[in-house]
Parts: sequence; structure tokens; C-alpha cells
Amino acid sequence: MKFGVIVFPGSNCDHDAYHVISKHVGQPVEFIWHKQTDLSSYDAIIVPGGFSYGDYLRCGALAKFSPVMQSVKEFAAQGKFVFGICNGFQILCEAGLLPGALIRNRDLHFICDFVNLKVENQTTPYTSEVESGKILSIPIAHAEGNYVCDDATFQSLEENNQIVFRYCDENGEITDDANPNGARSNIAGICNLDRNVLGMMPHPERACEELLGSNDGRDIFRSLTKAISQISN
Amino acid sequence: MKAKVYVTLKPSVLDPQGKAIQHSVELLGFEKIQDVRQGKYFEIQLNDNLSESEATETATQIAKDVLANPVIEDFRVEVE
Repeated sequence: MKFGVIVFPGSNCDHDAYHVISKHVGQPVEFIWHKQTDLSSYDAIIVPGGFSYGDYLRCGALAKFSPVMQSVKEFAAQGKFVFGICNGFQILCEAGLLPGALIRNRDLHFICDFVNLKVENQTTPYTSEVESGKILSIPIAHAEGNYVCDDATFQSLEENNQIVFRYCDENGEITDDANPNGARSNIAGICNLDRNVLGMMPHPERACEELLGSNDGRDIFRSLTKAISQISN
Repeated sequence: MKAKVYVTLKPSVLDPQGKAIQHSVELLGFEKIQDVRQGKYFEIQLNDNLSESEATETATQIAKDVLANPVIEDFRVEVE
């Protein structure tokens, strides 16, 4: 099993993801410079957070033209795992691997804080190991995390159970007050139809150590690791 | 030959930046402001030997592929 973490100019959560995979998931991991195009040796690709291309034009808009992204599309089409976190989620939306877009937060501020997440679909490769009913405490750090999509897209996301995480209060209630950024229907993370591509605004790689305030992020990485080993067997 | 591309948020997409600008404008005492929407403006210098229709076609393709995100934005192209 091998993970790859893509590095764009301006990525800054790449080392966090690398650290978590190597130290806590305990699997081989390599950085992938965005000009690399051979992904054949990897089982899962992480598109990390940060400010790829300085967020110029729109968040993720220029990263989608990096040479590696064409390979990421082919990689995803083969059913392999592509996990976009924060800016990685924005890039996957821009690249058309996930529907919708992420725009400026409702209140315009950059928000760096822990949020509560409800797992809306526990049957994905990214959530199968989360204890049923558990509310995840995972930090967000973004100014453009306000998920938008048209009505038809939203309906199809709901019908196909592609909404994986929603912002909620500590009791798991989906409320306006628990919505940090104005995202449609409190959406914090979605997957594609085939469930192998997931994007989320919160940072599970920053929530894998008690010292950092939470280790709930480990549930997500443990789920993904299990899914990869099931495929490999 | 110059192409001007205007990218604007679709009417259905909320524009929190536009709202903040409107608020400031109103604080300054400007009245009768109904709405402010923020957009982007691009100037693309094209080769002079292009015809007007070729220039429009090129700029439109650039706007579609790069400058605007069709999920949230509309665009308009002018060539001069």
C-alpha cells in the first residue's frame, strides 16, 4: 500500500498529511511534485490543503491545469482513491472530479476553529470505521469553504448519498448556528458517485493527535487504509 | 487587438463581498443603493492579425476554460 501527497506551488498542508500517513497510519508515503504524471505506484492520492498558486483567479482554478491533474483524473477513473482536503477539495471541484464549487465564507472571515461534523454516510471508504453516531471534532481553516451548487446537483447529491459530512452542533443537530461558512445544507464534505473520490473542507490530518486537540481524524484515515487493503486483497 | 472579459457571479449565487461593499457604501451616506455585486475584469492582448470573430472566439474559449467557473459564474466578452 502506498500513499502519494501532491505538492503544488503554495500547498502548505502537504507535510501534515505526510506526517499522519507515515507516523499514525504507518504506511509508505511519498510527495508528488505537481509536474509528475506517473501515478501508477500509488493506491491513494491526497490533494492537500494550502494556497495552490496563491489562490490566484479562484481557489484551485490554476492547480487544475497542473500536469499531475490529468493523471489524477485517470487515477480516479480507475476507481483508485483521491482524497481532497480543504484547498484539495476546491481543486477537485474546479477539476470537475466533484460537483459544485466553494466560494467566500458567508461572513467573509478566514475561520480557523474546531467544528463538529456529522457523518451522513457511513458506507464510504472514508467513513466505514467511524463509530456509529459519533460526532467528529475536526478543525477548519479557510476563507472559501462555502459550498454552493445548483438545485439539480443538490438533489442528485442527496439522492445518491454523496453528502458525507455536515457541520452540526455538539448533539449532532444540523443547525444554521453550527454552519461556519454558509455552505449549502451545512455541507462539509462530499464524495463522487463511485465513492472513491472525497473532498472535505475540515482538516482530518490536523486531528490525529490528542496534543492537537483531537484524534478524530484518525477514524477517516483508518477507514481509507482498510478500504485500500480490501481492494489489494 | 484587445479582448475584454467580464466575469460575474450568477444571479442565484450569494455575493458576501458585494454585500460588505454595499454596507460600506451605505455607511458613507450614499442612498438608494439596491445591490452591489463584485466581479472580475480581464484584458487580453491578442495578435493584431486576428479577425474580430477569431479574437472573439479565442477570448470566449479562454473565458470558458480558465477565467470563469461555469458552476458559479457567467461571463461576457468584448473585442476592440
